[in-house]
Amino acid sequence: MQRTLFDKIWDSHVVREIEGGPSVVYIDRHLVHEVTSPQAFAGLDSRGLKVFRPQQTFATCDHNVPTLDQHLPIRDVLSRMQVETLAANAEKHGIHHFGLNNPNQGVVHVMGPEQGVTLPGQTIVCGDSHTSTHGAFGSIAFGIGTSEVEMVLATQCIMQPKPKKMLIEVNGTLGKGVTSKDIILYIISKITAGGGTGYFIEFAGSAIRSLSMEARMTLCNMSIEMGARGGMIAPDQTTFDYVQGRPYAPVGEAWDKALAYWKTLRTDEGAVFDRTCRYEAADIEPMITYGTNPGMGMKITGVVPDGSDLEGNDRKSFDKSLNYMGIQAGKPMLGMPVDYVFVGSCTNGRIEDFRMFASLVRGRKKAEGVTAWLVPGSKRVEKQAVAEGLTDILREAGFEFRQPGCSACLAMNEDKVPAGKYAVSTSNRNFEGRQGPGARTILASPLVAAAAAVTGRITDPREFL
Amino acid sequence: MPIDKFITLQGTFVPLPIENVDTDQIIPARFMKGTTRDGFGDNLFRDWRYHKDGAPVQDFVLNQGVYSGSILVAGKNFGSGSSREHAAWAITGYGFKAVVSSFFADIFRNNALNNGLLPVQVSEDFLSEIFAAAADPATELRIDLEQQLITLLSSGRSEPFDINPYKRNCLLNGFDDIDFLLNIKDEIVQFEQNR
Ligand code: SF4
Repeated sequence: MQRTLFDKIWDSHVVREIEGGPSVVYIDRHLVHEVTSPQAFAGLDSRGLKVFRPQQTFATCDHNVPTLDQHLPIRDVLSRMQVETLAANAEKHGIHHFGLNNPNQGVVHVMGPEQGVTLPGQTIVCGDSHTSTHGAFGSIAFGIGTSEVEMVLATQCIMQPKPKKMLIEVNGTLGKGVTSKDIILYIISKITAGGGTGYFIEFAGSAIRSLSMEARMTLCNMSIEMGARGGMIAPDQTTFDYVQGRPYAPVGEAWDKALAYWKTLRTDEGAVFDRTCRYEAADIEPMITYGTNPGMGMKITGVVPDGSDLEGNDRKSFDKSLNYMGIQAGKPMLGMPVDYVFVGSCTNGRIEDFRMFASLVRGRKKAEGVTAWLVPGSKRVEKQAVAEGLTDILREAGFEFRQPGCSACLAMNEDKVPAGKYAVSTSNRNFEGRQGPGARTILASPLVAAAAAVTGRITDPREFL
Repeated sequence: MPIDKFITLQGTFVPLPIENVDTDQIIPARFMKGTTRDGFGDNLFRDWRYHKDGAPVQDFVLNQGVYSGSILVAGKNFGSGSSREHAAWAITGYGFKAVVSSFFADIFRNNALNNGLLPVQVSEDFLSEIFAAAADPATELRIDLEQQLITLLSSGRSEPFDINPYKRNCLLNGFDDIDFLLNIKDEIVQFEQNR
């Protein structure tokens, strides 16, 4: 029988099927961070258990670390306690740990791929919904809750019903100034924030094939924002070239063997999906969001919808959302003043994102009155940005580069956007209060963020390209 | 963590007719700094429930003093967004034992079930009827897990709901997945060796 990429990986990881229940699925890589793990380790302790496969478990701290003065003790007591608890748990159980003073520390979904911890054909979980990022390598990667973290720590397995399968194809060539962030915001605006629930997505088509690994990660990262369990892309030469030579990637004979297997990881001709969506790259333009879920997106040159096609509670939610945002229906957003710009997160905090940002702000100046937070996704990204001279370009343009962490993506540390202020963010969620109580988030690509940072307004980046 | 058994639940409910209630609303990230599972109930719907200065928002449903009960009824696509299990802990910590909606986000559904919180998915139409019936705060719902049936007592209308049979069994008996997996550890080791 013809199988999809998802079927192939899933089937080879099922330990046991339960009558009328979920499958017991074996997990190759377990990523851990400080916020969703303490209760899981405590649960393990109370059962008198040790981590079952510590060599397959990789921890880092990212969610609540400060992005300035990381060499100093963390000031927020509770954050410090979570970071210290993780370090102690890692030590106790002998798991890999990239703590604050480790040169490989970073946002968990930036660190994993960088280290070669993420490989094609694997099952990967983490107590974080954006684990879907790792699907870019042709792996089944999804977020789990803390009880499930405990489960994987204890048994290296998880209990999951097999999701339905969705194919999303994007064909053709992307226009100037259109990035993978725009592709995914476009897709979510079509499918809606809940439209992918119950599905696991495979992204395919010529426009997807042409993307770099980092761009693919941006895309898969946000598959969760349509409610899907995850998204994946079949591995190809781009994938293999990226993986080869990374610290935890296989070498020598093991590499050859792995590569031979990875090359079989593709959806068979004629395999069946439960749902298929096709889009044309040429229809996609730079995107922004106007509301409080990632499905509320539009092309940057568009006008905010008026919700007249909605009824009842849908309409109420729509109006509540625009009201929170202080944005008017039926009006364009181009030219709207912006207070904050945040470039970072596991969506767009990689080196290519900062290259994009720097390419646009080079030789220009940060607009007066805009506060910009440029936060690298990892220590490696930070180092690379310095090595490439990006930090110099940014400094000349009036920007400062901070230290790695999740930062304003979820505002658990001090990087909070004040109430009522508008932030153009390259992160993935524009929920009410996500970037701080009352903060108003406009999701966009690094290019749109750069155009806003130098003009102080929502600006079409194509004007500068 | 061992969970409480869930068989039937009957009582009044708290209506929250808002759609796409994401986990950032259920429990904002800044209140996720605990290292235990306790205490999250105090910050359930924090930013809807309290003003910035900590004063309660009077007209928010949990503060009105009109509605009470251990069943929360919410609009479509409940629990979307972050995978934080803290959302389930906040809801159970506050005292809810079941959430009724016309649609649940996947991860939330799992997290809820793992904490003995029953997600009951009803039709759009039935949900509207429940919201309408909330005009009388004394209206009760009855949720029968054995029969997989939810009933609005004021009108007598019932609707069957779906739940994975394995999960249903776990809830009815108060088992959890880890107990199950620990029991088949030999099989897991076998699986590793055969790869
Ligand atoms: S950067 Fe944002 S989305 Fe990514 S792991 Fe951190 S908090 Fe989650």
